Amino acid sequence: MPGLRGPVASADFRSLTFRDVTRHFGRRRALHHVTFTCEAGEIVAVLGANGAGKSTLLSIAATLLTPSAGIVLYGAQSARDGGIALRGRIGVLGHDLYLYPELTAAENLAFFARLYGMANVEAVVSASLTRAALLECAGEPVSSFSRGMRQRLALERALLHSPRLLLLDEPFTGLDDTASGILRERLLESKRSGAIVVVTTHDLESIEALVDTAFVLTAGRAEPLRAGPGSLRQRYRSHVVS
Amino acid sequence: MRKDLVVETRSMEVVYTSALFAVLCVLVFAFGFVQDGRADSAAAAAILWIAIAFAGTLALARVFDRERQNETLRAMLLAPVPRPALYLGKLAGVLTLLLVVEALVVPLVALWFQAALFRHAALMAGLILAGSTGYAAVGTLFAAMLARSRSRASLLPLLLYPITIPVIIAGVRGTAALLQPDADLPVARAWLMMLVSFDAVFITLSLWLFEPTMTE
Repeated sequence: MPGLRGPVASADFRSLTFRDVTRHFGRRRALHHVTFTCEAGEIVAVLGANGAGKSTLLSIAATLLTPSAGIVLYGAQSARDGGIALRGRIGVLGHDLYLYPELTAAENLAFFARLYGMANVEAVVSASLTRAALLECAGEPVSSFSRGMRQRLALERALLHSPRLLLLDEPFTGLDDTASGILRERLLESKRSGAIVVVTTHDLESIEALVDTAFVLTAGRAEPLRAGPGSLRQRYRSHVVS
Repeated sequence: MRKDLVVETRSMEVVYTSALFAVLCVLVFAFGFVQDGRADSAAAAAILWIAIAFAGTLALARVFDRERQNETLRAMLLAPVPRPALYLGKLAGVLTLLLVVEALVVPLVALWFQAALFRHAALMAGLILAGSTGYAAVGTLFAAMLARSRSRASLLPLLLYPITIPVIIAGVRGTAALLQPDADLPVARAWLMMLVSFDAVFITLSLWLFEPTMTE
């Protein structure tokens, strides 16, 4: 991948597979025998009510949590096999934005670019700030940004290293129509570049036109959302009712 | 480490709090122990290390706060760098802050207690550096372990002080040996070697334990 150095660049994979994955927190079961596969160039929506296990699923896919049972495969390798190089091919935009409010927008991106061992840090940061329409605020601390500006910056942070797997938790939160449009365009760019994009959201209208596959998590169990007539929200509602 | 120092330079939260606490600590003891402009040399050694330990605890309590508040710890754990490198970066940041506080406290102890801390400056610097490193090494690991705990403020001293007692004892005894009217250099060197050994053990163990500690 351009800009990346070392083993990170060679850890590419073309699928993400959850095989019978279960995760407990003490006695509480967050995920229950979840099985699915996503392929490169797919945008997958994970739907479900609050507490259904969506964030847990993303954390496991991000290698930040280990499953209590089952296996997660990135191509043919597990997170343990992939190690550091695999982590370098995953991008996460969490509900918390993973930004330092005391640092400026440019310093935040530069910090993460160095952490990812990227070459030409200044050029990468400048390009990311331009895409986020934040070039004029590059030297301002993130603490002075609106939620939407932070969200745009956080998205660029997550995409900084051109990840093969992009995990987005409620990415449309706090975005106005223009920023939502930019986000949708960025997701389509990632899809076209062959990334696997997994999105959790309650804003079904925003992702309607993007999603290739969707499944619903209910009390930790995953079921595919049936294809058919009607909007994504209508199908989701009828799935929940049934 | 550079990011931590940039943030700290802008806010000066940890430096101001730790330095003020350490100076107050030395000042209060000076009122109690200094009689007719002089104090027992062993008291000066003990007070110096008490100030370092307490100021260090304040700094350590905040070391992962910024990562916790903004969940940036997760982003750092996702980065393609060996996780022990994150520990070393944090340790270097804490140690730098501690050395800044010590640069203020050591001259104050020398002045108020009439202690000859600069008579064998190289050995004294070695004792302070080695002692601070051991203290910060254990403290950074515990701070990481407690980063997600709600009661981390009360648990950190409970865990830290028992484990770092050997460091404090070695620091106090080594400093006291240097502050005697006839400095006992062989004894001071022996305590310094012991501190270096503690550092090697503590840092090795911390590097080994950091990754499992950070994996949920």
